[in-house]
Amino acid sequence: MSIFVDSDTKVVYQGLTGSQGRYYGLLNRDYGTQVVAGTNPRKAGTDVDGIPVYATVAEAVAETGATASCIFIPAPGVHEAVLEAARGGVEFIVAITEGVPAHDEADLYNRLRRDFPDVRLLGPNCPGIISPGQCNIGITAGHIALPGGPVGIVSRSGTLTYQALFELKEKGIGCTTCVGIGGDPVPGTSFIDCLAAFEADPETKAVMMIGEIGGSAEEEAAEFIADHMTKPVSAYVAGVTAPPGKKMGHAGAIVSGGRGTAAAKMDALRAAGVRVGLNPTEAGEHMADIVADLG
Amino acid sequence: MDLFEYQGKQFFARYGMPVSPGEIAFSVEEAVAAAERIGTPVMVKAQVHTGGRGKAGGVKFAATIDDVREHAANILGLDISGHVVGRVWIELASDIAEEYYASFTLDRSARKHLGMLSAEGGVEIETVADENPDAIAKVWIDPVDGLDEAAARAWVAAGNLPEVAVEGTVDILQKLYTAYVDGDADLVEINPLILTPDGRIHVLDAKVTLDGSAVFRHEDYAVFDETQTRDERETAAHARGLQYVGLDGSVGVIANGAGLAMSTVDVLNQVGGSPANFLDIGGGANAEVMAGALEVINNDPAVRSIFINIFGGITRGEEVANGIIGALERVRIDAPIVIRLDGTNAEEGRAILEPHLSDTLQMAPTMLEAARQAVELAASAGTDENREA
Repeated sequence: MSIFVDSDTKVVYQGLTGSQGRYYGLLNRDYGTQVVAGTNPRKAGTDVDGIPVYATVAEAVAETGATASCIFIPAPGVHEAVLEAARGGVEFIVAITEGVPAHDEADLYNRLRRDFPDVRLLGPNCPGIISPGQCNIGITAGHIALPGGPVGIVSRSGTLTYQALFELKEKGIGCTTCVGIGGDPVPGTSFIDCLAAFEADPETKAVMMIGEIGGSAEEEAAEFIADHMTKPVSAYVAGVTAPPGKKMGHAGAIVSGGRGTAAAKMDALRAAGVRVGLNPTEAGEHMADIVADLG
Repeated sequence: MDLFEYQGKQFFARYGMPVSPGEIAFSVEEAVAAAERIGTPVMVKAQVHTGGRGKAGGVKFAATIDDVREHAANILGLDISGHVVGRVWIELASDIAEEYYASFTLDRSARKHLGMLSAEGGVEIETVADENPDAIAKVWIDPVDGLDEAAARAWVAAGNLPEVAVEGTVDILQKLYTAYVDGDADLVEINPLILTPDGRIHVLDAKVTLDGSAVFRHEDYAVFDETQTRDERETAAHARGLQYVGLDGSVGVIANGAGLAMSTVDVLNQVGGSPANFLDIGGGANAEVMAGALEVINNDPAVRSIFINIFGGITRGEEVANGIIGALERVRIDAPIVIRLDGTNAEEGRAILEPHLSDTLQMAPTMLEAARQAVELAASAGTDENREA
């Protein structure tokens, strides 16, 4: 089992005809993902290496039965692309694009909840999602993930997601699903959404969580873990030594007014019973101990 | 992007908010000429991207032109928390009956916009929040609905402003919300928002942070980008399109991905070192990007060693290794380098690096070991220098 995507997931790529969309769309297909369609209103009727291109997501869904979409559209078009996907009838939308304005994200989050409550948006500004051996949507290098479980991964950071997958693979530990929620201020999918899904997934026995400074998503996750999780969790929070007021790359990664510090996040997670590592390797070692204890 | 106060006021004025007439001045002569055009009394206000201007002596009332000359001379060049004042805003002085506070920002937990209004303005809102939280009226706004007049009216009522201030505040808050949304701001703050003795609501200060990601729909924001506070290193990195934050230490950091770069900074601190910077080169790690990153680090005189931390995902180890070798052929690097290369085809990449290794170009198998090596190298480089001295 896995969460959100599996071998039955059929994906339409919005922006498949662009260089990024084509590159990762074909890589994802090579991995085994069912890449069933692309969209581009100006190139409808053509194909990308055999993948048919339609004018709209709605047409792609009607013709191919696509259930998910992956967006490689430049930032100015992402707001409309997400709404097009939701209207078009897919239930899962992965927006890889970075640099989407915060107001667009805030509007999207609330609009989807109101008009399309059954649609899940992952991202924007995220590496995507992989259920190893079944489905890889986005820019994760599939071969660094070992299929099979028992660990689920949820991460706010791209490269640290790969690092986490790699640490586990080195130890021979597999992964059910690895979700990169992205580091932007208003992600479509939160830590809590993923933790709840992992808690409900029978194949996932433990969860590894990678957080970052800024905001309060990790603190909220800690509260959820304390109240609702029976499965063990290990965590790492990047930016322990980041100076206040400095924006470290991601829009989300900033410490302001003493709030959102890594120390506060790690304390909250520890208080919730999470085994916190001071670096990704240590978090991986904690997970190896947890997995060994599962028997 | 942080705006100076005067830029913030000009931004607010576009949305119909009442601000005082004023001019920007870069010298005492310009300040005097501005004050002569505006007419005294005026305020002479330091323009810096930091708070605490008043306490530092950066905001002065000038009743006469001689006062303007004296205050401008004192304020220009003043160091306010590390920010040297290069420009002053000369603005017609206002009579104040009462001072309020108003702001909009994004509440990330609620995924809604948060408006804050207080009848206790003119002081730090954090202080009000600590000492008298009930004095702040908060409203959460769904971006799909926006802020209509009825909601603004209910909010102002909750703020306990005097009757005479209500109409003007309802009006200005709606305009402030429009500026916040249409202008793609992360933060708009007016502190103080004043009530004048003749009953007008007026903007006396402006703090505005714009969303750098939204520049594509605001071409005119380029002018604000030019006035951002960056040190020399940050300016050099910005010109090369690199994500760079200057820090105070001696180990230069290059990593691919913001999370990994942050993590590298963490690990260096954990093994007793001190990072000189945060530098994210993104996913590619080709020779050109790597050379640019090394140039930026090389120009930092505090750097004693360099830690290159790359995790290959889609980008394969061979490409990363060739990128590093190519960059080293193009840039002469003074400080010793430690490389940690992991991920996709890491072994092939390491094999490419192997013949190039020396005392000044080292490789380590893990992040932690690479960090230790880099810190040791930085320490011994420091010792050598002491010996020479």
